[in-house]
Amino acid sequence: MHPAYSVIFFTTASGAGYGMMVWLPVLLGLGWIPTDRYFGLTGFAIAFGLVTAGLLSSTFHLGRPERAWRALSQWRSSWLSREGVVAILTYIPTGLFGLAWVFLDEINLGLGLLGAALCLITVYCTAMIYASLKTIHAWCNAWTIAGYMAFAMMTSALAVNALDQLWRFGETTRFGPLVLIALAIGYAVKLGYWRYIDTTRSASDAGTATGLGGLGKVQLFEGPHTEENYLNKEMGFRVARKHAKRLRRIARLLAFELPSLLIILSLTTPGPIGSTAAVIAFILGAIGIVVERWLFFAEAKHVVNLYYGATTA
Amino acid sequence: MTSLPTATTGKKLGLVIDLDICVGCHACAVICKEWNTGGHMAPLTDVNAYEAGQYGVWFNRVHAYEVVAEGGGQTVHFPRSCLHCENAACVTVCPTGASYKRSEDGIVLIDEHKCIGCKLCSWACPYGAREYDDQVGVMKKCTLCIDRIYNENLEEIDRVPACVSTCPAGARHFGDHGDPDSKVSKLVAERQGYDLMPEMGYAPTNKYLPPRPKRDFAQTDGPTELAAMPNADQPLLRWVDRLLSR
Repeated sequence: MHPAYSVIFFTTASGAGYGMMVWLPVLLGLGWIPTDRYFGLTGFAIAFGLVTAGLLSSTFHLGRPERAWRALSQWRSSWLSREGVVAILTYIPTGLFGLAWVFLDEINLGLGLLGAALCLITVYCTAMIYASLKTIHAWCNAWTIAGYMAFAMMTSALAVNALDQLWRFGETTRFGPLVLIALAIGYAVKLGYWRYIDTTRSASDAGTATGLGGLGKVQLFEGPHTEENYLNKEMGFRVARKHAKRLRRIARLLAFELPSLLIILSLTTPGPIGSTAAVIAFILGAIGIVVERWLFFAEAKHVVNLYYGATTA
Repeated sequence: MTSLPTATTGKKLGLVIDLDICVGCHACAVICKEWNTGGHMAPLTDVNAYEAGQYGVWFNRVHAYEVVAEGGGQTVHFPRSCLHCENAACVTVCPTGASYKRSEDGIVLIDEHKCIGCKLCSWACPYGAREYDDQVGVMKKCTLCIDRIYNENLEEIDRVPACVSTCPAGARHFGDHGDPDSKVSKLVAERQGYDLMPEMGYAPTNKYLPPRPKRDFAQTDGPTELAAMPNADQPLLRWVDRLLSR
């Protein structure tokens, strides 16, 4: 599938933003992060910035962005519509929670946790847009859902931890071990996902696509057109597959392995080095997850390619 | 509403494509483009029409496949267009209500004034039936020639999709698959018409008729050598031969 930059940015940025709005009230409840209103202002400004920038960016790849409001109407059947509706609803409790924290210096955990639940539902809806497409074997599975949830919680954990470490530079904080667990879960999910897509394939092949499989081995003799059409450009993306192995290594290193090592470093050497390591962990993790998301699109094969010479999907 | 219709008339308009007869002439694809560029989903854009990098929207694409089997094989021409599925995921994924399936005849259409061009419907379609028009910024697809089949300005015989009206080989048929006594239903029953990618569960309305079994594959002893022409060195006879060969 063609990896549209706007969608990659949207899914990674909004995932991190929604995750932050889950972690902030939870960590406040645990008493692990500062209750300082300026910390709240910074945290929520970043989270809302990521979510809003992501949502806006997702409208950039639309052919008719001025009609985007119409996408809120079909929540009964469409996961994309559900995502839009829940994303907007989420602004209410999270916004009120943030405003109360920043301007009234009041932490309303009930409101915060309600917002957190809606954030998780939004990320779930995003995942379901992909996981509900039977046409794309690499997406239509539970690993996709686990991935979107785990990576949102992982990147946001890195972000909140980095912010906390910057705020209390050089001090010992308590969030580190949880961040490490989030990284481990994310890593396990990604490895599981890759194993799944490497060892299984779609039930469809050129034989079932044409219905001629019973007569023999079906291969494309002549395509319907000599130039690329929309289908080839949108669903037939091949650039990354050539480099998939190396890109996977880069994604593994940047998104999971190096951040984990840096978090371990920050846990074992509290102080300026530890705090710096936590910030670098976030930066690497953010880049890594963009590579991961790019691969998520580029490695996904659509069954329509079976009509254009692919033998399996 | 992009939920699939629950109350229907039972009518399921669609095509039957006979792969035994199709000769791969592309006439159906060409007339489809011709009719529809002035029809319900007009225009069917052509970008760089007369230079390299040509692309544009077509509702009908004709592929050709080799089916390789022991003892020989065959070439099958394969027109591909919207199958107007009963479980049309292209409809249910649509966030705006632009994509819909008509309750009265099962035709899947796009209201292009509601389409935001998110392309999700084309991702949901296994058959590649939807093509995005980046000039207008909306998705486009086969309308089953909705502007022909109900068009009272046309002679009744012409009230069929353009592709069906033009097929010189008679490989395309149009009718109601919901009526067991219709011509298309009978053809499907008689010739074991089948669904494309049934494992997807989309329940396509259009059916394909398989190529009939071939009697003999290529002869094993090769072509018989022609006898040498007698007296080929005589100018007069050569001239007579040339004359008669015209």
